[in-house]
Amino acid sequence: MADAIQAAPAPQTQPTTWAGRFFDSDVWASFKRSKLTMAAAFLTLLFVAAAVLAGVVTPQDPFDPAQLELMNSRLPPIWSAEGQMPFLLGTDEQGRDILSAIFYGLRISLAVGILGVAFSATLGITLGLVAGYVGGTVDAVIMRIADVQLTFPAILIALLVDGVVKSVLGGQLDEVTTLSVLVFSIGLSFWVQYARTVRGSVMVEKNKDYIAAARLIGLPAPVIMVRHVLPNVLGPVLVIATINLALAIITEATLSFLGTGMPETMPSIGTLIRIGNNYLFSGEWWIVAFPGIALALLVLAINLLGDWLRDALNPKLR
Amino acid sequence: MTQPVLSVRDLRVEFVTRRGILKAIDGISFDIGKGEVLGVVGESGAGKSVTGSAVIGLIDPPGRIAGGEILLSGMRIDNLPPEEMRRVRGKRIGMIFQDPLTSLNPLYRVSEQLVETIRTHTNLSASAARKRAIDLLAEVGIPAPERRIDSYPHEFSGGMRQRVVIALALCAEPELIIADEPTTALDVSVQAQIIALLKKLGREHGTAIMLVTHDMGVIAETADRVAVMYAGRIAEIGPVRDVVQNPLHPYAKGLMGAIPSLESDTDRLVQIPGSMPRLSAIPPGCPFNPRCPYVFDRCRVERPEPIQHSEHRVACHLYDQSSVRSEAVA
Amino acid sequence: MFAFIIRRAFQAIGVLLAVGIISFAMFRFAGDPVNQIVSLDTPAAEREQVRRSLGLDDPVPVQFARYLSSAVRGEFGVSYQFRQPVSDLLAERMPATLELALCATLFAIGFGVLMGVYSGLKRDSFLAKVFQTVSLIGISLPTFLIGILLIYLFSVILGWLPSYGRGDTVRIGWWTTGFLTTSGLKALIMPSITLGLFQMTLIMRIVRAEMLEVLRTDYIKFARARGLTTRAIHFGHALKNTLVPVITIVGLQFGSVIAFAIITETVFQWPGMGLLFVQAVQNVDIPIMAAYLMLVALIFVVINLAVDILYTVVDPRLRTSIRQPA
Repeated sequence: MADAIQAAPAPQTQPTTWAGRFFDSDVWASFKRSKLTMAAAFLTLLFVAAAVLAGVVTPQDPFDPAQLELMNSRLPPIWSAEGQMPFLLGTDEQGRDILSAIFYGLRISLAVGILGVAFSATLGITLGLVAGYVGGTVDAVIMRIADVQLTFPAILIALLVDGVVKSVLGGQLDEVTTLSVLVFSIGLSFWVQYARTVRGSVMVEKNKDYIAAARLIGLPAPVIMVRHVLPNVLGPVLVIATINLALAIITEATLSFLGTGMPETMPSIGTLIRIGNNYLFSGEWWIVAFPGIALALLVLAINLLGDWLRDALNPKLR
Repeated sequence: MTQPVLSVRDLRVEFVTRRGILKAIDGISFDIGKGEVLGVVGESGAGKSVTGSAVIGLIDPPGRIAGGEILLSGMRIDNLPPEEMRRVRGKRIGMIFQDPLTSLNPLYRVSEQLVETIRTHTNLSASAARKRAIDLLAEVGIPAPERRIDSYPHEFSGGMRQRVVIALALCAEPELIIADEPTTALDVSVQAQIIALLKKLGREHGTAIMLVTHDMGVIAETADRVAVMYAGRIAEIGPVRDVVQNPLHPYAKGLMGAIPSLESDTDRLVQIPGSMPRLSAIPPGCPFNPRCPYVFDRCRVERPEPIQHSEHRVACHLYDQSSVRSEAVA
Repeated sequence: MFAFIIRRAFQAIGVLLAVGIISFAMFRFAGDPVNQIVSLDTPAAEREQVRRSLGLDDPVPVQFARYLSSAVRGEFGVSYQFRQPVSDLLAERMPATLELALCATLFAIGFGVLMGVYSGLKRDSFLAKVFQTVSLIGISLPTFLIGILLIYLFSVILGWLPSYGRGDTVRIGWWTTGFLTTSGLKALIMPSITLGLFQMTLIMRIVRAEMLEVLRTDYIKFARARGLTTRAIHFGHALKNTLVPVITIVGLQFGSVIAFAIITETVFQWPGMGLLFVQAVQNVDIPIMAAYLMLVALIFVVINLAVDILYTVVDPRLRTSIRQPA
């Protein structure tokens, strides 16, 4: 509460540039106040950097079988007696460097997560706009589907979509197709929240005078919706997207862990954990531990960012 | 003079906040005798309800009793350990709150709430407690109590619910009842019934009643004596007829002037200019000085102590014999 | 009250119908029912004959009606992988999943309510802060990681608990239970914790928030003014009033518990429906997927109906408002 009170006085001068406005905003102010949020942001950036720079900084390309040497398999991390350079965090049973695999795996996990969120947001926002603006039967059908889908957890939907798409496509799928299927099934699992939020906002805005005015001057309906309603829901959509990014990453990891996601030839973090889980009992704990820690930290950091964003954009909810 | 049921001596209540200590009650003293009704009036924030909460020992942190004494029939209760104070609550002091809609737990039958309270304070068996509960409901005027007792609170009307609340306060025949705005949330037609009921109960059981309200009409009708509170202090206390008809303190004058009267032929109601100071910004000297029409230099520096003036006790420099300007008011 | 439950029942049937359509679409179009009968290298002419004998030439609505009527009788076709009726496979695995889900829910309610009440009553204590932190981590950690962590701790390092399977089970009619043997009970511990942890943190947060809310209400203040004991106020008056949201969450989340059992069962190789379903997805065994979807929907709908009825038991206000609709 005290924060909200302190943040209340509006800035006296209105900076004109986007960047200027951002650094002057309450959102930025609340970011600077929270050390935990800054740590989470730093961690997230670190993960993104690792994913982007994977090809440059890692000693090995774990997706390239030619670079794997069985001689180097199951090496423990560098600080134990049998550890070997350059395998800082050890290797798995194929001689894959764990650290390199994590960096490349992050790339897959983040890509699937971000693409999945982008797909579900686009789908959800479009359906929400259509449902809210058109109303009637279209609205009823879309929202009933949303209701029914909401009763089922996303992971179940994702698994079903994944299974059905694979059945329709048939046969063995290559890595890129698998990745696309993952993005598609995750996207289909998470659209409901966006649709509900956007539809609610459309319902509120629809009856306001400026919409009537915009209509009178002859703006077509879709233009009105996109230009006038979308900016209003940007905040909530951003919050949902951030929290859903964490969920999408978990979902991808879970699907890969369950063996319906990324194959071992192009492992994501979840696949690495699935591989490592087989070596838990034979003492090679590092194969599962480091990917596990990476996944947990990544998700925690994004969740913290999402929590902060929700509070910062919505001081009343605190 | 017999021993008063409730005796409050120089009570002070503070709230510790980040911005400093707020003095919600700043040295008030009063007595209530057996069977007597003391009305406590004032604007919201004057400290009426806090006084009630302090007497029954329900000041929660960050609030605390910072000084003074509270005596119940001669026994000091403001410093009792929590468990002993709990035994006093409900048994020796009953309390009635403003809103009967929210005072009762919606998930329990009225019978359950009554029996629970009775059995907490007496050794009655479950069936004896139930019988007493029915008697209590009959006494507070609930028709067909043996049938209504097993209803849930939401099945009663507002006025009936307040009767149930009163029955709950009466469970253990307390010596003192604190009624905190008991009629404010009720319909006007029901208000009179509840007031009449309170008066009747006070008379029949000899219970002392502390009636907190901002409604001067209710006070004039019910109370034997009245205390006018302002910014955590008692501005004036005295017999209700005297205070209403002949208020001494300038604030009390303003307050009484704000009641329409059939007898007086004043053309318009007097209004007190300004508003009560926030607890964080109480002016030095007399807290009423910024709004007082009779203010003089002494009021801005020296806090007025209560002065006995005929049957009233009034905290105002105007009535201090040593004050030069006392004749200015007539 | 009765009318209310009837209305809810109709809504439930609507949901089931919608799920039925999806399930049928999967069964009929994503999978090829002919594959249930013949092997993949059967000549085309023979396949065509099987197709006709299965009635796959009939109009789609007729096929849907036939699918639904057999679904009502519990017939969901034959699994591609196992060559066995799907209903038999599911029935065989159902006890394992339901026992696991039940234990996980009990664990979540028990610990969630206890921790929630404690942190609601002593919000500034050290332990309450520990609970809050643990709950944040519990919400962030993926289920399968929690399972792996527990296995590593209690099976690999300490060797106290089995890392996979149900242990010894006892057969009672068609039901197999792990409740009656020591090894069965021991085998339940880690999967239940893994499955229930998320629900537990959720319940804890809700109970805490509700406790803080309820303790501020007038009827709690009045209960204190009546001199009731602290215990009666906290556990009689306050806790009961936090129950309604807890029931909602437990009810709404039971579907998730069943779904997350998919993951838990895979981690612990628990022989339940979830593991069957994951294997079905891996092997594109459409009949099992379609049937599982219907079954989860049915369980979900039944639970929701039960929650609606439970509400009216806990909250008398709903009873009358339902009896006399405004």
